[in-house]
Amino acid sequence: MPKDGIGASSKRREDIRFLTGVGKYTDDLALQGQVHAVMVRSSVAHGRIVRIDTDAAAGMPGVLAVFTGEDFAEAGGNPAGWLINSRDGTPMREPKRPVLAHGKVRHVGDAYAAIIAETAAQARDAAEQLAADTGIEELPAVIDMEAAIADPSNRVHDEIPDNLCFDWGWVEDNRASVDEAIRNAPHVTTLELVNNRVIPNAMEPRASIGEYFPGTGDYRLTTTSQNPHLTRLLIAAFVLGIPENKLTVVAPDVGGGFGSKIYHYGEEAVVLAAAKKLGRPVRWTAERSESFLSDAHGRDHVTKIELACEKDGTFIAFRTDTKANVGAYLSNFATVTPTFLHGTLMAGPYKVPNVYVNLKTVFTNTAPVDAYRGAGRPEATYSLERVIDKMCRELELDPYEVRRKNFLTPDMFPYTTPVGLVYDTGDYHATLDKALEMADLSGFEARCAESAARGKLRGIGLSTWIEACGIAPSNLVGQLGARVGLYDAATVRVNATGNISVMTGAHSHGQGHETAFAQVVASKLGVPEESVEIVHGDTSKIPFGMGSYGSRSLAVCGSAIDKAVDKIVAKGRKIAAHMLEAAEDDIVFEDGSFTVAGTDKAKTFGEIAFSAYVPHNYPLETLEPGLEESAFYDPANFTYPAGAYLCEVELDPETGKVQVVGFTCADDFGNVVNPMIVEGQVHGGVAQGIGQALLENTGYDESGQLLTGSYMDYIMPRADDMPVFNVDYSCATPCTHNPLGAKGCGEAGAIGSPPAVVNAVIDALHRAGHTHVSHIDMPLTPARVWAAMQK
Amino acid sequence: MPKVTMTVNGRAMKAEAEGRTLLSTWLREGLGLTGTHVGCDTSQCGACVVHVDGAPVKACTALAMDLDGAEVRTIEGMANADGTLSAIQQAFQDHHGLQCGFCTPGMVMAAAALLQENPKPTEAEVRHYLEGNICRCTGYHNIVKAVMAASGQDVSGLGIAAE
Ligand code: FES
Ligand code: FES
Repeated sequence: MPKDGIGASSKRREDIRFLTGVGKYTDDLALQGQVHAVMVRSSVAHGRIVRIDTDAAAGMPGVLAVFTGEDFAEAGGNPAGWLINSRDGTPMREPKRPVLAHGKVRHVGDAYAAIIAETAAQARDAAEQLAADTGIEELPAVIDMEAAIADPSNRVHDEIPDNLCFDWGWVEDNRASVDEAIRNAPHVTTLELVNNRVIPNAMEPRASIGEYFPGTGDYRLTTTSQNPHLTRLLIAAFVLGIPENKLTVVAPDVGGGFGSKIYHYGEEAVVLAAAKKLGRPVRWTAERSESFLSDAHGRDHVTKIELACEKDGTFIAFRTDTKANVGAYLSNFATVTPTFLHGTLMAGPYKVPNVYVNLKTVFTNTAPVDAYRGAGRPEATYSLERVIDKMCRELELDPYEVRRKNFLTPDMFPYTTPVGLVYDTGDYHATLDKALEMADLSGFEARCAESAARGKLRGIGLSTWIEACGIAPSNLVGQLGARVGLYDAATVRVNATGNISVMTGAHSHGQGHETAFAQVVASKLGVPEESVEIVHGDTSKIPFGMGSYGSRSLAVCGSAIDKAVDKIVAKGRKIAAHMLEAAEDDIVFEDGSFTVAGTDKAKTFGEIAFSAYVPHNYPLETLEPGLEESAFYDPANFTYPAGAYLCEVELDPETGKVQVVGFTCADDFGNVVNPMIVEGQVHGGVAQGIGQALLENTGYDESGQLLTGSYMDYIMPRADDMPVFNVDYSCATPCTHNPLGAKGCGEAGAIGSPPAVVNAVIDALHRAGHTHVSHIDMPLTPARVWAAMQK
Repeated sequence: MPKVTMTVNGRAMKAEAEGRTLLSTWLREGLGLTGTHVGCDTSQCGACVVHVDGAPVKACTALAMDLDGAEVRTIEGMANADGTLSAIQQAFQDHHGLQCGFCTPGMVMAAAALLQENPKPTEAEVRHYLEGNICRCTGYHNIVKAVMAASGQDVSGLGIAAE
């Protein structure tokens, strides 16, 4: 393993500030003259606002301003990023998502007013007063998706009678042939399942600070965002109409995102508008209870999947019928997540000629649902890997052999799936073999016996997953309905004394970009990592960028950096040619120096940099001073990480409690820059997947009250819920179309793990003779498992 | 507003407190020591753990008023006197025991308390002790490893380490 640069487990430089308590998260910033905002949120799931009397609240001590939905009636809606058409060609229904609820409240926690006061406590007191002075006529809540579609009288949005956003078919042209294949198949396995709604719970609650500078008319928003440029674009182009050159968005240290901090939220517009009105910085920080109610949730699919196959397990067709809950409003990625991030993955890593997905997207009186780590791909993987497992049990086939029989093989790439993706590389046999070797399968029976001796049941479960990362290219996504491009951008600035600033559109909120991106640049330029500084999270410093989500940072933003570095080298060769009085074509760049090929005439990188800024005798018509280059990188395709996960569980038959006792991951992430960071990403992703599979559930009652609104009721994975993880990424098949050969690793764990956990529990039950249990819905709580065991 | 005095990281510090001011708020807003984080409103996440008179305390469960005269140690007071990382902080960096860093101050403070009580904890003991600290990023594997490494134990058996 190299000690430095690409491939080294360089220690993270960002750790120093986090470990000494001097990181700067949004809520850590104290500004001169700052005042505090508190949101007033609906306590009912569905209601008509008949009266808001602001007088009493406005007159309370310290209160400076009260905003209601009325104040933002002229502002634009916060849009969905993708326009999806229904099967019949009609465009999706896109109700306006206002800054503050206006006319109606549509979920518990829907903010309809904001109080600004000198102190947070004063604002909270006034918020209570305002809630008491608000009249809301409660309407029946639309909670269950079936009921939402069936009852046209009960509408989340008055203009949408069936509560449907769209009814999407993918690929609609496949539909008839898939139906036909399933009708004629020798065996069909059907599984109905729920992909449970989860709440992202980044440990740092959302927070935003708005500032307005009257002298120039500039605004600054400091906010907990995974993608400050996207937030700026949404506020500028859609919501408040502030020109981009008058609005700076800064995302400082951000304490985790997992998708929930991709989106623009109304609070960001409120603090900006309030800052302008009051001429003082306005800050808002969510309490955890508010995060539960108002952060975008994840998953929430109800699916029926059918797998048609030969008696030997050879796949013939997959057909999926899914209802996806989008909650009360469309969050920014809510329409792409269940469609193009889910439907397109329904072929898995398999040779299967017929695949069709029908997806109905439903409005309900619940918090908006959007992309959460993995976003659509975990839902696809869960459906596939669970139905395959069920089929293997029905036909008494070996799950490993069935996977092997159906895997695409390396000679088949590039491979076009029946659901529209073109996989470039992969070796699914290799990752499965590796996982089986690592998990010590031969010792499994002995481990079962040892568990049995303690009165416990043991099981093992497999999942072989694939994902599409680094969503792109812009040409394609534009055809599919994206309202943005999906490239990224970077600027590499070589300063006069040879140190380097890299401005990147990616945002690091745990991923370690400040270290890993520096490794990339240092390797390419042959300079020490310490001389490279990564600048991220500030629209005033960075040319542009789409931010970090979808495992895209290294594959897309890293490639933009790589491209900009290539331009630096090209410029360096020009400068070297001038300095060494040689032809540019004769200059080679290697190990940090520019040399005239075949001679010992050379200039170091530092000498070139210095000369670029001290250009005393440059031929200015042909050589420009300075050494700074920018690049935009728009990928040619998605990347396709894949892997095999094996989960081993122990189950207490007395209580139904499941403990994960072993977890093995053999992944193909293509080329890896920092193995230590990659392992950490897998650990975290798997932990979230285990959390979804065993612990985390989001419950709403019939009236739309959130039943799991704190850490008392929403069960987060804790240290003693987690096993030691056994992680490998040696079966790498580099991505063929980006310069780093990187595929992305951030979401893998959350995608591949839930079905492995559930398959392991079912396995444990079958081994113990509970063969009537074919499925248990996540989370597999003790109560659910115990109940399933009772005939 | 009344003032409360405590010895924080070895120095006498004074700041205003209302009756309802939590220790976490007093440290963050009164003293500007924002290393102590607030991750929840039900005293369950552990992001706010500090040491009060030598014992680990969730700073969001204590009222500043009640602690007049107390000896408090926060994450800002954990480094060595020369500013280098202490053994436990260093172990977190060496073993990648943090990602976004938000839970980290509480984790380090809890881990330091554990090692005071139990200088050579087993893996199970570490996991059990850290039950009150939630981390959403790391899956805990590398945190457990860091804590055991900080106690001087061999952690090479804990997964295949990229070191
Ligand atoms: S903030 Fe103290 S336990 Fe969460
Ligand atoms: S490192 Fe992000 S919550 Fe622990």
